[in-house]
Amino acid sequence: MSEPRIAVVSAGLGDPSSTRLLADRLRDATLSALTGHGQTAEAVDVVLRPLAQDIAAHMLTHNPSGALAAAIREVVDAEAIIAVTPTFNMSYSGLFKSFFDVIEEGQLASIPTALGATGGSARHSMVMDTAMRPMFAYLKAQVVPTGVFAASEDWGTASGLERRIARAGQELADLMVAMPRRREADPFDVESDAFVSFEQMLGHA
Amino acid sequence: MSSMQFGIFSVSDITEDPTTGRTPTEHERIRAWVAMAKKAEEVGLDVFAAGEHHNPPFFSSSPTTILGYIAAQTERLILSTATTLITTNDPVKIAEDFAMLQHLADGRVDLTLGRGNTGPVYPWFGKDIRDGIELAIENYALLHKLWREPVVNWQGKHRTPLTGYTSTPAPLDGVAPFVWHGSIRSPQIAEQAAYYGDGFFHNNIFWNKEHTERMVRLYRNRFAHYGHGEPEQAIVGLGGQVFMKPTEREAKERFRPFFDVAPVYGHGPSLEEFTEATPLTVGTPEQVIERTLSFRDFAGDYQRQLFLIDHAGLPLEEVLEQIEILGTEVVPVLRQEFDRVRQPGVPDAPTHAARVAAAREAGTQLGEQGRAWQEQGARSDLDTGAAIAQQAGEAR
Repeated sequence: MSEPRIAVVSAGLGDPSSTRLLADRLRDATLSALTGHGQTAEAVDVVLRPLAQDIAAHMLTHNPSGALAAAIREVVDAEAIIAVTPTFNMSYSGLFKSFFDVIEEGQLASIPTALGATGGSARHSMVMDTAMRPMFAYLKAQVVPTGVFAASEDWGTASGLERRIARAGQELADLMVAMPRRREADPFDVESDAFVSFEQMLGHA
Repeated sequence: MSSMQFGIFSVSDITEDPTTGRTPTEHERIRAWVAMAKKAEEVGLDVFAAGEHHNPPFFSSSPTTILGYIAAQTERLILSTATTLITTNDPVKIAEDFAMLQHLADGRVDLTLGRGNTGPVYPWFGKDIRDGIELAIENYALLHKLWREPVVNWQGKHRTPLTGYTSTPAPLDGVAPFVWHGSIRSPQIAEQAAYYGDGFFHNNIFWNKEHTERMVRLYRNRFAHYGHGEPEQAIVGLGGQVFMKPTEREAKERFRPFFDVAPVYGHGPSLEEFTEATPLTVGTPEQVIERTLSFRDFAGDYQRQLFLIDHAGLPLEEVLEQIEILGTEVVPVLRQEFDRVRQPGVPDAPTHAARVAAAREAGTQLGEQGRAWQEQGARSDLDTGAAIAQQAGEAR
């Protein structure tokens, strides 16, 4: 059996980007905490910037490019998600939102998830609780209690960023072990519970 | 009629020609459909299928009216729909309208049912979009009954009950028009088509072949599950979208301005990307032939192929030219090549004549021109109140 995968979604626009940096740190913290549980995982980077045009095209045509379809698969098939966005206008970036908008409803239900965001100053940190948590609650992901916001200054001061990253990583690892995601059945698989036969539709079953 | 039917289908959009800035009037576009249908028959195509919409920029709100008009001016063409809204139309009116059309067209009629993709149409017609699948299931169950039982007693959730109702006119020769169920992504509709042994039309024009393959496979397997034959004997239709010129370069040069700003997919992926991802083929007739033949690789031997050729503001002369190329250069080769590789036992595309012959053999025909319909009606119109109560009990 292959290793469980963690999808690390980052929506930074710069290269290098502090959003990607935070995502990498959350990934490392999670992998390290998993080691404490005697487990290993494979982390897969899902960087949204190169997919920006494909995401826009998908919104217009409902037809994902090969690269976007592969990225969506990495996320919906993962055992856990780390999702990190820059803060724009008191919210996640449009690119971040658009990526999750093109994922079919219900696909993220029950996936253990850690959230992160970056911004120019700590005054933007409420994005975690006013924007990101409501969206992931709607998507029915299982979100860990600690969300990590990194302001520019946090990267150069002893602000406790490392401690928050470690805590979020620990929580995600704990959740992966204690409450792994439940897999949704395939509605095209006639043997599965998700398949609705015609008798059921007619209300006779 | 041959083993496969080829034709054109249209959504009835009224779109500006981006190369001239001119937008046709509703009247021009309505007359254009008539010209397209006549041209389709003239060059040997088999089917003209009309979309249904209830909001601008579309004009086709009343498909049986225009199909009846076309029926009067054609002799061989099969008149169909793409799609008829089974959710928001009253199934009783669908039964009446299409039976009437079937008589006027001497049987050259079938229809494709769909749920529609315009949210507000549901509330405009007094329905709730959240009931979409349920409406499709219930309304078709009633439509199916109305075309097969002379006197219908019926009670459902979404429509007023019927007591002692006889749909008129009775289907021509006592055989209902063939029904295709169209769905792009709902496995429930593939299941519905399979249950009744009806046709399944996958309008794949915006979709990749993996998705189409999955839908068609489910339909075929369930068709067999419900005892209608082998999976290969299920009745499958597909869409396609083409634009042709003598060279690929000319075709792309001419079509690109229409593609780039087209409704639905314009301002999105490039022509090349969309060509790779979907059935769209812009090039020579040979390229269209090659691409269309490849549909069989993922859908199996199938019965109906419809092409979208008149959208995005393409002017009528250009559309008629496309129909001409389809009829003279593309479809004759497709018929020959598809027939050459077709597996034995795969049924021919459905026609009224074949269905009447099959019904006679099976003893399920309901009588000539509705006479027996009336006689049976007189016999079975007894205690309708008790019948409704019994049906309601069964439904629970």
